Amino acid sequence: MSNTRLPGWLSASREFLIPLLALLVLMAVWEASARLFAIPEYLLPSPSRIVEDMAAMGGQQLGEHMVATLRTVLFGFFLSIAVSFPLAVLISSSRLAADAIYPLLVLTQSVPKVAIAPILVVMLGPNEMPRVIVTFLVAFFPLVIAMTTGLLAVPSELIELARSCRASKLQELFRVRLPFSIPFIFSGLKSAIALSVVGAVVGEFVAAERGLGYLITSATAFFKVPVAFGAMLVLALLGIVLFQLIVVAERVFFPWAAAEERR
Amino acid sequence: MIDIKQVGQVFGAVGNGGVRALQGIDLTVKDREIVTLVGPSGCGKSTLLRLVSGLVAPTEGSIFIRDERVTGPRQDTGIVFQAPTLLPWATIVENVMFPSTIMGRADEAARRRAKDLLKVAGIADFAEHRPRQLSGGMQQRAAICRALVHDPDILLMDEPFGALDALTREIMTIELLRIWSNTPKTILFVTHSIPEAVILADRVVVMSPRPGRIAEIIDVDLPRPRDFSLSGHPEFQRCTGRIRDLIFGEQGARFDVEH
Ligand SMILES: Nc1ncnc2c1ncn2[C@@H]1O[C@H](COP(=O)(O)OP(=O)(O)O)[C@@H](O)[C@H]1O
Ligand SMILES: [Mg+2]
Repeated sequence: MSNTRLPGWLSASREFLIPLLALLVLMAVWEASARLFAIPEYLLPSPSRIVEDMAAMGGQQLGEHMVATLRTVLFGFFLSIAVSFPLAVLISSSRLAADAIYPLLVLTQSVPKVAIAPILVVMLGPNEMPRVIVTFLVAFFPLVIAMTTGLLAVPSELIELARSCRASKLQELFRVRLPFSIPFIFSGLKSAIALSVVGAVVGEFVAAERGLGYLITSATAFFKVPVAFGAMLVLALLGIVLFQLIVVAERVFFPWAAAEERR
Repeated sequence: MIDIKQVGQVFGAVGNGGVRALQGIDLTVKDREIVTLVGPSGCGKSTLLRLVSGLVAPTEGSIFIRDERVTGPRQDTGIVFQAPTLLPWATIVENVMFPSTIMGRADEAARRRAKDLLKVAGIADFAEHRPRQLSGGMQQRAAICRALVHDPDILLMDEPFGALDALTREIMTIELLRIWSNTPKTILFVTHSIPEAVILADRVVVMSPRPGRIAEIIDVDLPRPRDFSLSGHPEFQRCTGRIRDLIFGEQGARFDVEH
């Protein structure tokens, strides 16, 4: 990161102000070129048209779609955490466990998730479950890898210190290995949340009657391209907000870890 | 206090490709005695200390502390490694309290004791800082406080001042002697500095390499309390001179054999 000095108010809000400004400029150029070159709206609708059509759909309906997708994202995300943590502990605990589990993990990753989704719908029925499972399958892999890497990256001196204090295996895990892995875990969580949004949308493409992914497929089916674009933008916004929540959580709860990562 | 009986250590398979680090070590350290280990690098000083700490089990012979055979790390020993090895996420006082935390005794009394130790070590102002904010010397002081926090009777130190500059090193050595005179402990101290070995020790164990053996044990007959102004003392000169002869004389002899 550069350390160029900016006036107080500007440097404080630089993180938000400059990207926002860039976004506004982009929007303006988009709007202007859409009007100037009379681009047909099924190719590239103008921002004003997108807002208009989204507004016409109504806030409540949009809200319902958003909540549906958010639910799937969060369920999938937390399922990923719940599964990744014990898996990472197991993999990092012994060579044997690592050799047994790694190939299976790679296998789950080599099967295209879009191909699993319809099978899961048949197996689990047309409900939330298959979407959550797809989300989980997309999101958990980088998390397991990041956690395992963190748990194994603990310097042997720290392990030896714990042993010299007669720490049990459990104490070693919770007092040394896990805290040491926090920066790794958070970088894993950041990938996982971004991928959870992808996974939820993939799930909704295959089977859903609500959600932003469903909104995109149903809108394009009726050539309502501005609505599809709108849903896409809302999804992007959702992804950014969730990602930033994790960044903020790390800075608030583990300031030392955030500092470590930025070094 | 510490009885090392016919201890040998081989890393890897004996015979084919194994490294013999120690052979036939016999040493008894008395209660409240300071014994220093010197010798060229690779002669097994760290290995011997790790065996006494219980972190590694000896492949030959056995070690007793208070007539109990050492089978693992014990509560009555404290260890200081060459590097401070502080937990980067914990504050200095939390780091010092780490052994108490592990033993499930991280109470107010432990915190007070940790703070008192930091005061003695002259880094009380940094109690709530993270390790990264401290200099190497201050970090090592914190590591020494950590080794003392559960009030062990035995202190095992592996080149604790090795990474410090010469000046800080002398100050820390005298500091350690001051702490020791207030609360005497049995100390086994590894160093590769000959003056440091002599100024600290009741007895200096000189080791020779390949395989690591005890070459000679030298009694240091210097008055306490000590400081480095004693370097001119004839007894100090005698001890350092003898150690130099043992270490460099042997290396010279080996040099002749090998070439
Ligand atoms: N864990 C280990 N595995 C294999 N060899 C080791 C191990 N620890 C030490 N050694 C070997 O034992 C010898 C003594 O090492 P060490 O005790 O570290 O010596 P010193 O501390 O005197 O420099 C060296 O030859 C070293 O390579
Ligand atoms: Mg060593």
